[in-house]
Amino acid sequence: MLIALTSLTVLGAILGFILGVAARVFRVEGNPLVAELEEILPGSQCGQCGFPGCAGAAQALAGGLAPVTLCPPGGRAVVMALAARLGVDADVSGVQDTLPMLAEVNEALCIGCTRCFKVCPTDAILGAAQQIHAVFREACTACGKCEAVCPTESVKLQPVPVTLHGWYWHKPQPVAAA
Amino acid sequence: MMSEYLLIMLSTALVNNVVLVKFLGLCPFMGISKKMDTALSMGLATTFVITFTTAGSWLLEHWLLMPLGIQYLRILTYILVIAAVVQFTEMVIRKVSPPLYQVLGIYLPLITTNCAVLGLPLLNVQEKSNFTVSLIGGFGSSVGFTLVLVLFAGMRERIALASVSQTFAGAPIAFITAGMLALAFMGFAGLVPH
Repeated sequence: MLIALTSLTVLGAILGFILGVAARVFRVEGNPLVAELEEILPGSQCGQCGFPGCAGAAQALAGGLAPVTLCPPGGRAVVMALAARLGVDADVSGVQDTLPMLAEVNEALCIGCTRCFKVCPTDAILGAAQQIHAVFREACTACGKCEAVCPTESVKLQPVPVTLHGWYWHKPQPVAAA
Repeated sequence: MMSEYLLIMLSTALVNNVVLVKFLGLCPFMGISKKMDTALSMGLATTFVITFTTAGSWLLEHWLLMPLGIQYLRILTYILVIAAVVQFTEMVIRKVSPPLYQVLGIYLPLITTNCAVLGLPLLNVQEKSNFTVSLIGGFGSSVGFTLVLVLFAGMRERIALASVSQTFAGAPIAFITAGMLALAFMGFAGLVPH
């Protein structure tokens, strides 16, 4: 028992030491900016920007290959954060600041085809073949992928319903200069 | 002596091919064989890992497990060595060739779970091979693995351009091709006089 424990521990320690040294020797300096930008992006890997996931988008942003307004689900907040980090002026006029949206299944139309279930990047759709699907609101990022694949237009992005828990005072609207 | 080693190489690479005859390591065989160059680099990475792990696990078996009488820890220790070598390979590839690192992606750490990597040292123990035979056998097997991977990738590249009936398009025709390749490799059994 003791022999087994000690030998495995020693072996693990030696291998760990070798790997630790190797990690120092073979270290690759990644671009810290890319990691920071990726942190700002929503991270749902929806691909609406046209890059393979948020990591690809962050790389393109860091290389100046993509505008800061590339992320539709992020909305205005992400654009501002990206612009602040990259030190560029953001043109937010083109970004419509949509209300917080959630996917919702119209149960009368859902045929249980599981297509939305398969494309959901955050596993927010519960479903099985021939069963009416449902959306986990906590997990939905409103990326809109399910809306695109639904054959019966039963999954739709809807504004987040106002509930007792979700209601809040609206921010005062800026008064338009007369 | 030399001819004996050559025979071992030949036997492990062709006659007892690790993928097509022993049916080990089928996951990368289907997963990474869509393009020739990625198949080749995956094969080389696996060759590196298998050669080192067969050597490392032989040394551990004979210098650690046997003297202490703890052979029941064999699989655990082997996995430890395999994981370390794979991690090391990943670091090296990441340093040497970032594009390759991107291309291999998830399949690189998954070399750890390639059953050929664990299977070959275990077979060596079973057959009570000595160090050189284990090493050459491991190297030969992984060369066989690379060979089959590259052959299969070449076939799949051509199949991708062929007009395959819709029922068989994609994975099914790939599996059928793999079966035929395995049949063809059965022919190498004739190399060894019984």
